[in-house]
Amino acid sequence: MATYLREARRAPGSEWIKDHPKPLESSYLFTRKVVERVYPFLRRLLGPDGTQRFMAWGERWLKGYLFNCQMCGQCVLHSTGMTCPMNCPKKLRNGPCGGVRPDEHCEVIPERMCVWVQAYKRSQRGSYGHELSILQPPVNNQLANMSAWANMVEGLDVIHPAGWDIGAAASSEPSQEQGQEVRK
Amino acid sequence: MSAGHEAAAGPEPRAGQPAQTQPQSPAGGSFRAGSRLERVLRAGYFAVTAELNAPDSADPRKVVENASPFSKLCDAINCTDSSSANSHISSLCAAAILVNAGFEPVFQSNCRDRNRIAIQCDLIGAAALGVKNVLCISGDDVSAGDQPEAKRVNDLDSMQLVRTVRIMRDQGVLLSGRKLEVPPRFFIGAAANPFVPPYDWRPLRLAKKVEAGADFIQTQYCFDVPLLKRFMQRVSDLGLDKKVFIIVGVGPLRSEKAAEYMRTKVPGVWIPDEIMKRMAGATKKRAEGVRICVEMIQQAREIPGVHGVHIMAYGMEDSVHEILDRAGLLNRYDEATLYQDGAGPTAATGASANP
Repeated sequence: MATYLREARRAPGSEWIKDHPKPLESSYLFTRKVVERVYPFLRRLLGPDGTQRFMAWGERWLKGYLFNCQMCGQCVLHSTGMTCPMNCPKKLRNGPCGGVRPDEHCEVIPERMCVWVQAYKRSQRGSYGHELSILQPPVNNQLANMSAWANMVEGLDVIHPAGWDIGAAASSEPSQEQGQEVRK
Repeated sequence: MSAGHEAAAGPEPRAGQPAQTQPQSPAGGSFRAGSRLERVLRAGYFAVTAELNAPDSADPRKVVENASPFSKLCDAINCTDSSSANSHISSLCAAAILVNAGFEPVFQSNCRDRNRIAIQCDLIGAAALGVKNVLCISGDDVSAGDQPEAKRVNDLDSMQLVRTVRIMRDQGVLLSGRKLEVPPRFFIGAAANPFVPPYDWRPLRLAKKVEAGADFIQTQYCFDVPLLKRFMQRVSDLGLDKKVFIIVGVGPLRSEKAAEYMRTKVPGVWIPDEIMKRMAGATKKRAEGVRICVEMIQQAREIPGVHGVHIMAYGMEDSVHEILDRAGLLNRYDEATLYQDGAGPTAATGASANP
C-alpha cells in the first residue's frame, strides 16, 4: 500500500533538481542576499505580520514544490544537502535512524528513498558537506508555519533554549565535570 | 572463583583488549554515574548486557522473573521502551522494579512517544529511583507496531536527546536553562546501526553522537562481521574508540522463520544470505542459532574497539548462559575490583547480576 504521509509527497521534477545541488546552493546564497536587502522595505510596507504572511505564502509555494517543505520555520536545508530533514517521518534533524532498509529506502515510507541517504549523497556533490556534522538543536515548534526567511532576518531561528546554549558552550571548551560534586 | 577468571590481576585490560582503546575516565578519575556498567567498562573488562523481554503484565514479579535468566551473567539489563512500537510495561517502571530487585537496568528513552517536557521529567524520576544508565534512541516508527494509527511525537531526535541528558548531568540545568537542585547522574548510552545504509556516514554519525555526549554505544543485531569490521576500522581511524565504549548487539536466531521475520519485519535488522542459508540447512535450528551467536561474539570480540556485547535473545533467554559459556564470557571479573574507589556496591547493585 502506498503511504500517504505528507512527508512522502514529491513534486514532479523536484527530485532531479535536488540531485544537482550546486545551482540550488548558489540560488540559496543569492536569495539570502536579496531577502536581507528587501526585507526592511517589505516590513515597512506590509508590517511585520503582513510580511510574515506574504513570505510564508511564497515559501510554502516555492519550497513546497522543490523540497516538500513542511514549514518548520527554521530552515537548515543547506546544511543537509538541500534535502529537507522534516521530510523524515521521525523528524530527525541530525542524521538517519537505524531503520534504513538495505535498498536505502525509508523504514516508514518503503517506496521513498531515506531522506538522509539522499541528504548525504547530495551533500557530497554540493559545497556544504562538512555542515552535516553540525549538531542541530531541537526544533522550535513556535516557529511552525512561519517564513524561515523572515525568521532568519529577524534572527529568530538561532534562538535556542537557554540550557542548550549552556551545553554547547561547555562542549566547545574542555569539559568541566560539574556533575562530580553531586556524587557525595 | 572458577578457572578462566580474568580478574585476578585487578582492573587491568584483559588480553585482547589493548589498554589504549579504553576511553578515559572523566577528570579526577571518578565516574560519571558510577553504575556497574560504567565501572566494568572503565576497568577494561568485556561487558555483557542483555535485553529484558518487557512483560504485558501489571505484576512486578513478572519483570523480575524475565530478568532472572541474566542474573549473575550480565552487567546491565536493557528495559526496552515499547519495542517495535508495541505497548508493554514502561521502561522506567521496569527499570525501577529491577533496581529494587537488585539488578542493574538500562533505562531506554525513545523520542517517538514523549515530548521534551515528559522526557526530562522521566529522566529526573529515573535518577531518583536509582537508575544510572540511560539509552537514548529515536524508537521504531509507530507503523512497526500493533497501533499504527498512533500519533508520532518526535519532538527531539536521538542526538538532541543525548545532548539533553548530558546538559542535565554535566551542566545541572534543564533544557530551558532552569537549574536542577540535584542533577541526575547518568551513564549515557546511544544506539548505532553499522549494518544499514548509508554505510560511509555511519561512523561520522557515531562521532556526532559522541560529541553530543554519549558514553557508550549499543548497536543493532550483528550478523555481518565484515560490515562491523569496516565500521570499526573507520571508528578507530576517527579516534572514537578512545572516547566511547562500543557494545555490539548479538542474538540467537530461533528458527529460519524467525530469521526471515526479523529480516523483513523488524526495522534495521540486516541478516546476510549466508546466515539465512545456514539456518535453512541446519537440522537443529535452535542449536545452529546459538552457534551463529557464539561465533558472532567471538569474532566481534577480536575487533579492536569493541568493548562488550549486548545480547538480545527474545524467547531464548534460557540459552544466554550457554552462549556466554561457549563464548568464554562467564566469570569475567572479580566483583570487588569494581569498587576499589571505596564507593562499595550500593543497595541497587549489591545483590546483582554478577559473578
